[in-house]
Amino acid sequence: MSDKKQVSRRQFLNYTLTGVGGFMAAGMLAPMVRFAIDPVLKPSAAGEFAAVVEESEITNEPQRFNWKVDQKDGWYESEVEKNAWVYKDENGEIVALSPICTHLGCTVDWNSQEQFPDEFYCPCHGGRYTKDGVNVPNTPPTAPLPVYEHKVEEGMLYLGQAISRGSGI
Amino acid sequence: MLQKIYDWVDERMDITPLWRDIADHEVPEHVNPAHHFSAFVYCFGGLTFFVTVIQVLSGMFLTMYYVPDIENAWESVYYLQKEVAHGQIVRGMHHWGASLVIVMLFLHTLRVFFQGAYKKPRELNWIVGVLLFFVMLGLGFTGYLLPWDNKAYFATQVGLEIAAATPFIGEDLRTLLAGDPSIVGAQTLTRFFAIHVFFLPAALFGLMAAHFIMIRKQGISGPL
Repeated sequence: MSDKKQVSRRQFLNYTLTGVGGFMAAGMLAPMVRFAIDPVLKPSAAGEFAAVVEESEITNEPQRFNWKVDQKDGWYESEVEKNAWVYKDENGEIVALSPICTHLGCTVDWNSQEQFPDEFYCPCHGGRYTKDGVNVPNTPPTAPLPVYEHKVEEGMLYLGQAISRGSGI
Repeated sequence: MLQKIYDWVDERMDITPLWRDIADHEVPEHVNPAHHFSAFVYCFGGLTFFVTVIQVLSGMFLTMYYVPDIENAWESVYYLQKEVAHGQIVRGMHHWGASLVIVMLFLHTLRVFFQGAYKKPRELNWIVGVLLFFVMLGLGFTGYLLPWDNKAYFATQVGLEIAAATPFIGEDLRTLLAGDPSIVGAQTLTRFFAIHVFFLPAALFGLMAAHFIMIRKQGISGPL
């Protein structure tokens, strides 16, 4: 016996079989795992903008506008309706808010309650938001209303994705 | 006739020890409700298994009519329940069994907990039991979406929101479950179907085998 560590015949066979088996298992599993996690790794569809309304129709008072977008859900293509509360703030900047309550996803209404004038109000659990879409403290929502990306081209307002504003108050 | 067939096979394969090892063993007196009625608490594990068997069988038959496609899922469930003979019973078994299995599982867990039957050397079996509980919850969550009605859709919406609230990996986890970062739709339904019908049952069977082998190996915990 030499001082160097000898690999016995049995050990050698164990290592080789484990190695080959490992490669075979990995070769089988790798495509399957990549297949399963594909939705996570797919690049998110770049925010496409859709024409919503003539800029001239937008006032200082929030108005609700509807538009349709082509939605692709894997192999299933459909037209879905989207909507937004759109107005111009004091600086003349266009603001487009998602009407989906950040509490549990109901649809908020503008100025619909007499006791809460000039606020967005959610009829489901009484969630409230100020005109800029920020949730009123001590009402159910935990985050401001998402804001749509917007741009104006040739007098037409285009809206893109609704961007969440995280947990505000 | 049957005896002859059995003998013929047994002569060649020696199958008697196989099934005797599984089926032929004494139940200790303190576990047998015939001796002490209060021993009925030991039945909850077996009842969980019994309801699980019903779930597996009724689920297998439901897939003969069900299609995991957003255009047809609801219609296929409606059809199998209203038009197919005994459809209401088969779907009813799966529907009510889903709740019952959670009830039985919970009672079984309470028995093991309050008897302290999880203590050494049975800690591993408790862990496997908890994993079984999670798999069952997963089966309940994924199965709930399959009828593709309003209740199913919005319950899944909420469930996915909860998954998305996981720190760091939440959004990816939601996408992995739903198949799309923002839509609960066609890909969500096929994924939930696959998870409900193939992935989780496979995990369930493996864990159940481990659960039962450990019981046989360690025996039932002694009387209090």
